[in-house]
Amino acid sequence: MNPVAIRVYLRRWMARLLSRPTLDLPLLAALILLCGVGLVVLYSASGGNLNLVLNQSARLALGFALLLLASRVPPAILRSWTPWLFATSLVVLLLVPLIGSGRSARSWIDVGPFFVQPAELLKLSLPMMVAWFLHDRVLPPGWGTLLVCAVLIGVPTALIVVQPDLGTGMVVAASGVFAVFLAGLSWPRIALIGGVGTTAAGLIGWQFLHEYQRNRLRMFLDPESDPLGAGWNIIQAEIAVGSGGTFGKGFAMSTQAKLDFLPEHTTDFIFAVFAEEFGLIGVVLVLALYAFIIGRGLWIASNARDTWSRLLAGALSLTFFVYVMVNGGMITGLLPVVGVPMPLISYGGTSAVSLLAGFGILQSIHAHRRLAAA
Amino acid sequence: MPRLDSNRSRRIKESAQELALFRRRAMVGFAIVMACLLVLSGRFVLLQVFRHDEFHGRSEDNRIKPRALPPSRGLIYDRQGRLLAENVPQYRLQIVPEQAGDVDATVTGLRAVMSISDDELERFEEERKLRRSFNSIPLKLQMSELDAARFAVHRFRFPGVEVVPYLTRYYPEGALLAHLVGYVGRIDTADRARLEDSRYAGTSHVGKSGIERYYEDLLLGQVGYERVETDVLGRALSTLSRVPPRQGRNLYLSIDLELQRAAAAAFEGQPGAAVAIDPRTGEVLAMVSLPTFDPNLFINGISRADYAALLAAPYRPLFHRAVQGGYEPGSTIKPFIALAGLELGLRRPGDTVFSSGQFRLPGLPQVWRDWKAGGHGRVDLTEAMAQSVNTYFYQLAFDLGVDRLGGYLSQFGFGAPTGIDLSGEIVGVLPSRAWKRANLATEWYPGETVIAGIGQGYWVVSPLQLASATATLAQGGLRHPPHLLMASQDGIDAAREMVALPPATPTFVRTPANLDAVRDSMIAVMHGPTGTARAFGAGAPWLIAGKSGTAQRYTRRDGEAYDETRVAEHLRHRALFVAYAPAQAPQIAVAVVVEHGSSGTRAAAPVARRIIDAWLTKPTP
Repeated sequence: MNPVAIRVYLRRWMARLLSRPTLDLPLLAALILLCGVGLVVLYSASGGNLNLVLNQSARLALGFALLLLASRVPPAILRSWTPWLFATSLVVLLLVPLIGSGRSARSWIDVGPFFVQPAELLKLSLPMMVAWFLHDRVLPPGWGTLLVCAVLIGVPTALIVVQPDLGTGMVVAASGVFAVFLAGLSWPRIALIGGVGTTAAGLIGWQFLHEYQRNRLRMFLDPESDPLGAGWNIIQAEIAVGSGGTFGKGFAMSTQAKLDFLPEHTTDFIFAVFAEEFGLIGVVLVLALYAFIIGRGLWIASNARDTWSRLLAGALSLTFFVYVMVNGGMITGLLPVVGVPMPLISYGGTSAVSLLAGFGILQSIHAHRRLAAA
Repeated sequence: MPRLDSNRSRRIKESAQELALFRRRAMVGFAIVMACLLVLSGRFVLLQVFRHDEFHGRSEDNRIKPRALPPSRGLIYDRQGRLLAENVPQYRLQIVPEQAGDVDATVTGLRAVMSISDDELERFEEERKLRRSFNSIPLKLQMSELDAARFAVHRFRFPGVEVVPYLTRYYPEGALLAHLVGYVGRIDTADRARLEDSRYAGTSHVGKSGIERYYEDLLLGQVGYERVETDVLGRALSTLSRVPPRQGRNLYLSIDLELQRAAAAAFEGQPGAAVAIDPRTGEVLAMVSLPTFDPNLFINGISRADYAALLAAPYRPLFHRAVQGGYEPGSTIKPFIALAGLELGLRRPGDTVFSSGQFRLPGLPQVWRDWKAGGHGRVDLTEAMAQSVNTYFYQLAFDLGVDRLGGYLSQFGFGAPTGIDLSGEIVGVLPSRAWKRANLATEWYPGETVIAGIGQGYWVVSPLQLASATATLAQGGLRHPPHLLMASQDGIDAAREMVALPPATPTFVRTPANLDAVRDSMIAVMHGPTGTARAFGAGAPWLIAGKSGTAQRYTRRDGEAYDETRVAEHLRHRALFVAYAPAQAPQIAVAVVVEHGSSGTRAAAPVARRIIDAWLTKPTP
């Protein structure tokens, strides 16, 4: 290739990118900003541990690489892969009890240089599968269609909850349920299924919960009943949040984390450290950032080209919200303690990578949006 | 693409309608999201604005923790202020599991650096189950200086492991006072249920036996507190305020260390027990139980091997014979019977009884014998005592009857705990109809009264009871309950506060002349021409009143079958001796039991003589 040809090609490429960017830049900017906030808090919450920050940066970089990669794959191709992706992730999930490892829950599989959590795969493949199934059905879905959806959602969820990983199971189930909701399930049916489902889950689910999971639920109701035991996390998180006040104690000034009172202060409870250091103002700003990302995701979904893309983009956006709500509710004592990270802020690679890959699909859907809409 | 929905409905997939539906749903979804985020924000507002002050306070409190300062345990001295129990500095190794992370790996790593026995490990694991993971748990209580130095080198490898200096109990006299002073041991699960938690905050040991247990309350002291700024692992960053602990009271026992040594030495290795009491006060001057053991072994947990060795050792060294051993008094009971006969008007000192060597009761086939074949002839009280003539006391006991005999002798404290300040003393048995009915559910037989007169049959006394009764006799019927604690002291510089003596019961002797007669007869035992123990009274610079006794082994307490025929004659006997001196103005009363002694006179009398001499020859303080 001669230099002139390259220059011409590059100019065309730039022109195309600027005139009709394949990436939704506001969403990308919001994600980068959020990850930046996450790294800053992580630096403080880990007590200035640069290794931890670099580690997380590397994972985020991997996540963004996947995001860019996924954004280049047309939704039609992703859709055609969906059943295979779903089947593969189910098989891997079934392997977990046999070859899995983990501290309290056997939920990790050792793949040579690193560990993966098969349940993470389902956070993407399950909504993809439900959307795939609904794609060429008449919507709003009828009872038969709903039954199939219930099986598609129920089986993997049950497998994850018994690992036991209640938090991930909830998120996975939510991602499928949101797809059905967005498909236009009628309100009376939502009320009926919601009522019956909640009761059944309450009655049956309790039997299958592990003792530590039950304790967490009990502690949520009355954390002060065992202030040095199971209720400790809740109390210490509330103290961290509450002592932050309106303006916060300032960057790297969290005593709850620095003096080791707050457990898991780089992972599940990192947002409590953020709230302690940056106060209500910081919290509201970050929550606004989350709201923007979710709204932007729903906007992308609304402009998607086909049903599959719409449902998937909408489900992924709403699932992202579930993370925020469950984690935020947990550290403020509003919801029971379940192991759900604050998305893109908590330390930990797997969920960050799968979240960013999901946003990659969103970007792809955006790139292939219906041109008529605008 | 529009498409026919196969058979069930005639509805058509209409994308424009679907899109509109989706958009409505997305709007609803976003509205719900915003509502939830508002609720969440509201929660943050509640916590961070409205309850900020409360949480700010709790955050501050979090950093400030009260920390217990254990008091140092009171010291124990003898009557002259010689140390019997002290506190010495020691280092222990402890682990905070939460901080250590992988505890098993930490322990394995530590074992490579220093020796940690299986016993220590087992106790550690046991304690680990009881405590929360952010509490420190001792792994090794006694670190040698070498261990401490080696740990210092490897310290960086062991987060959550620390070396803590502390005071530990030490008994400089070791085995000499093991039963009496007792020992402290680590607080175990049973203790934890019994003790008041707040008083033992920071304290790891508690009195387990002897004085250490009986006077736990005095010795413990009062726990202090300091408020320290800490992290969650309890690492102190700075001290904010301090309430110092109050050390336990120092105790002064009535025991005389030198007399105790002399008494223990007097046994020359024989198993047995001796108790020496000052009859004027009831103060116990010496209390020996042999064989004995080293109480220092128990302080930080005795090893299995050591404990097994103690359990397997002959004559049960852990058994406190002086207060828990039950023996037949044998002929040592005779002075008390004699006084009963005189006081109750059944005998006058000059009254005589003929000893033919055999004693019968009318209408009964049994024959009770004198120890001397052919008898001692006609004897009065003095001769009967001096030669230990059984017939005299058979007849006297029979004349008294079991009720009067028991009633009178109970005044000496037989058949009841003496009330000494030690736990676990036996009650003993003073033979009586009531006792027999309660314990054996049978009638009393006259023959049993006869042998009770020479201290056999159902009789059970402890050496302490015998010594206390002897002291009461020496003091003319004035009974001071025996006791060990003489004074206590609030810190080494404070004045000693004397312990109020338990009040003596008024004398029950009505005719002092009767006392003189019994005393004279006991002097005849030691110094008379026919006295059974005249060999051991000879050459004494003071008059000693004494009486020997020989009794068969009392087996009920042991609970084991005892086949007399399989044991050599001399092993079946307990040699006993009671004495007080100087006979005219007694300063010491002793009771001695030598197990497996050949006879009271030969085995126990020399021990009693040495104890008396050791006490009376020492310069009065």
